[in-house]
Amino acid sequence: MSCSRRTLLKNSVKGAIAASLPLSAFRFLSPAELKAAIGDDKVRWGFLVDTTKCVGCGFCVKGCKKENEIPYDAAVTRTWVERYVITKDGKTHADSPMGARDGFTKTQFRHEEEIDPIDISKAFFVPKLCNQCETPACVQVCPVGATYQTKDGVVLIDRKWCIGCGYCVMACPYGVRFFHPKYKVADKCNFCYHRISKGMKTACVEACPFEARQIGNLKNPDDPVTQIIMNERVAVLKDEYGTKPQVFYIGLDHTVK
Amino acid sequence: MVDHAMIAHGAEWTIKHGFVYPNEFIYWGMTIVMYPYMTGLVAGAFVLSSLYHVFGQKDLKDIAKFALVFSLALLPVAMMPLMLHLQQPLRGIEVMFTPHFTSAIAAFGMVFTTYSIIVLSEIWFVYREYFVEQTVALKGSNKTGDQVKRVIYNILTLGAYDIGEKAIAKDHKAVAVLAAIGIPVACFLHGYAGFIFGSVKANALWMSPLMPVIFIMSAVVSGIALCMLTYIIIMEWKKFRAVLKKGLGDESVTVIAGVEMDVMKKTSKYLLGFLVAAIILELLDIIFRGYTQMKSWDILREVMFQEDFTKIFILQYGLGNLVPFILLMLPKLTIRRLFVSLCLILFGVFMMRWNVVVGGQAFSLSFSGFMHYDLPMIPHNLETYREGLFGALTVAATPFVIFWLISKIVPSMKAV
Amino acid sequence: MKNHVLRPLWVAIAFIALVLVARYFLVPRDFGVQGDSFTFNYHRASNVQEWKDFPVSYRGSDVCVECHEEKGEQLASSPHGIIQCENCHGPGKDHPETEDPAKITIDRNRALCIRCHAELHYTDANRANIPGINPNEHNVESECVECHDSHTADFS
Repeated sequence: MSCSRRTLLKNSVKGAIAASLPLSAFRFLSPAELKAAIGDDKVRWGFLVDTTKCVGCGFCVKGCKKENEIPYDAAVTRTWVERYVITKDGKTHADSPMGARDGFTKTQFRHEEEIDPIDISKAFFVPKLCNQCETPACVQVCPVGATYQTKDGVVLIDRKWCIGCGYCVMACPYGVRFFHPKYKVADKCNFCYHRISKGMKTACVEACPFEARQIGNLKNPDDPVTQIIMNERVAVLKDEYGTKPQVFYIGLDHTVK
Repeated sequence: MVDHAMIAHGAEWTIKHGFVYPNEFIYWGMTIVMYPYMTGLVAGAFVLSSLYHVFGQKDLKDIAKFALVFSLALLPVAMMPLMLHLQQPLRGIEVMFTPHFTSAIAAFGMVFTTYSIIVLSEIWFVYREYFVEQTVALKGSNKTGDQVKRVIYNILTLGAYDIGEKAIAKDHKAVAVLAAIGIPVACFLHGYAGFIFGSVKANALWMSPLMPVIFIMSAVVSGIALCMLTYIIIMEWKKFRAVLKKGLGDESVTVIAGVEMDVMKKTSKYLLGFLVAAIILELLDIIFRGYTQMKSWDILREVMFQEDFTKIFILQYGLGNLVPFILLMLPKLTIRRLFVSLCLILFGVFMMRWNVVVGGQAFSLSFSGFMHYDLPMIPHNLETYREGLFGALTVAATPFVIFWLISKIVPSMKAV
Repeated sequence: MKNHVLRPLWVAIAFIALVLVARYFLVPRDFGVQGDSFTFNYHRASNVQEWKDFPVSYRGSDVCVECHEEKGEQLASSPHGIIQCENCHGPGKDHPETEDPAKITIDRNRALCIRCHAELHYTDANRANIPGINPNEHNVESECVECHDSHTADFS
């Protein structure tokens, strides 16, 4: 007698919890709604960075900030350029002052000792931006569904839904996410989704005078970006995290952090 | 003139050394240290109470009631650091509305609600008889205070007025069932908090399958320690009042002291057990990292043994674990020595949370730079209050305020 | 004799019902799994269009030369032809249709030029192909444009 009452109590509690699961979480839209909402599924955006061409002018960073209304003087940016100088003693010096918003105009790194050009074995610049990963860790950890991946591979953030917990910022291995100082929600590079959806290039690709940055459709075999990625030697950043980044690099050195 | 609204979140209290990515700041500061600390106390207090109700540890009977009510006082406080942390606190309810279950934080809504239901239900069953008795006792009174209280007690009975033997027996059985269900839920409540960190593959310090277990063990330690500490303080206060009333040599003073020591001696055995478990797991984690020497080892070693050496080895392991361990192991335990141990243990568990949360952000994703957390001491705006010392103090003080309020309706200390 | 043991359960269920009712009113209808994966596609559907509707700021040099033909030709036949007009002059936005911006900025500050032309002595980077000066020594009291024409990349 007492056994069944206890079981009833236990099961009722379990049932109540199960019933509270938001069933609409698993609602699927109709195919037509889906296509209208997401767009062409024959497109998967990919990016190509040629570090042999980058001169560190920072026009990409400036352009990105102005195009995407990221407060110019705030120390956060959707894209940035890193400078690497490897000296003959094997040391790697790296910096990115204000994300290279004003370019690189000083030979000095932060407040360290000046490097004598004779001691340099190699030096280069590495632009970075959101990798729009295929299996993004940032999307996985969002507790409320405020960040997501579109059908064409871009990871977007819903500014009206984000609660600002910062879990996505902690989960990104590449450090591309931050809190928008004005909107107080998470923010990051979105491949200028408003531009590429209109057939334009991203602000950084357009700004770069040296064609160090290119954007393309990885599902189109005739796309010049896709052809380079398929036929030439390219690398990605930090693939050990399993996020499957879709920004590919030409000339990526082993010293790049 | 700097527009404060345009300062990147975290920039105000982050000092960078070496090469740090532009968007990296200490995003998870004091509030995120407080959050697992408070949920740990909640879980620990509940486990302590359940040890009596489920495993029949008769020696824990007195403290069990107290621990249960204190666990309830701690419950809303567990929410506070999160509300202080969120950039959009009013949207916090979305975790209940659109939980993305692939995220450990989404579990929060469900687990927290379940746990709250269990704790509230268990307290109801424990105190139902008392509620009914109070509605009878306050019946004749004309004082407004008493009349208000009578209404409250009436509501709290939920209409179940039968306090016959059979009904009370049902209550006791329900308590045992809830306490039993509650233990895994309390473990889950805090285990998932450990999972929040342990599952972040991007963070070299946090990523570990041991993290949920370490968090649970140290949570139980902190919960038991806090209950014991509060119990001692209250008993000492009772003793003091008895001394004032009846004089030092009076029998009632000796009785209070005797009860206190007895309960404490028995509870401290459990405390010691969990403390040892927590220490073993944490050392295991460090040993493994030092042995396997993954890519992150160089920077982690520098953070652990140089930047944060004092915080980790002197404050957390030394003062927070080793010293209380020795103090508890020495023979002829006194209330004074116990009090010191408990304070140190609570401090040690706090440092553990600090060293995990802030320690995990002490090094850059580049593995070539460091970030120092400059805790905002005196707040000069809302941000520096929320994520600073005063926000933490507000959170720390609140459970005691709530406990005092609850005690007016639900008394949990044995009247001596 | 009714079983009082289940009373807390009814209270709990009432609370959960309250949450579900609030949820019905506060969560947008189009919130759900918009694709194959609950992990990666769980969001409010209308947000995608909101991002597509974000205003474009940089128009591209092709738009600028529709009016500023001569400058455009000058630039195109110089080494600076690889630089977008808006890189130095700021985003065109609705210029000249609206007041946003009414007049395009002309930035004469040397900070703009030394982005590329500050000599860093990196012989193996592409930067080595750009003629550079030491900004701390080369005519520190003047702006670059006092001697150099930015559109012809020559001495003015």
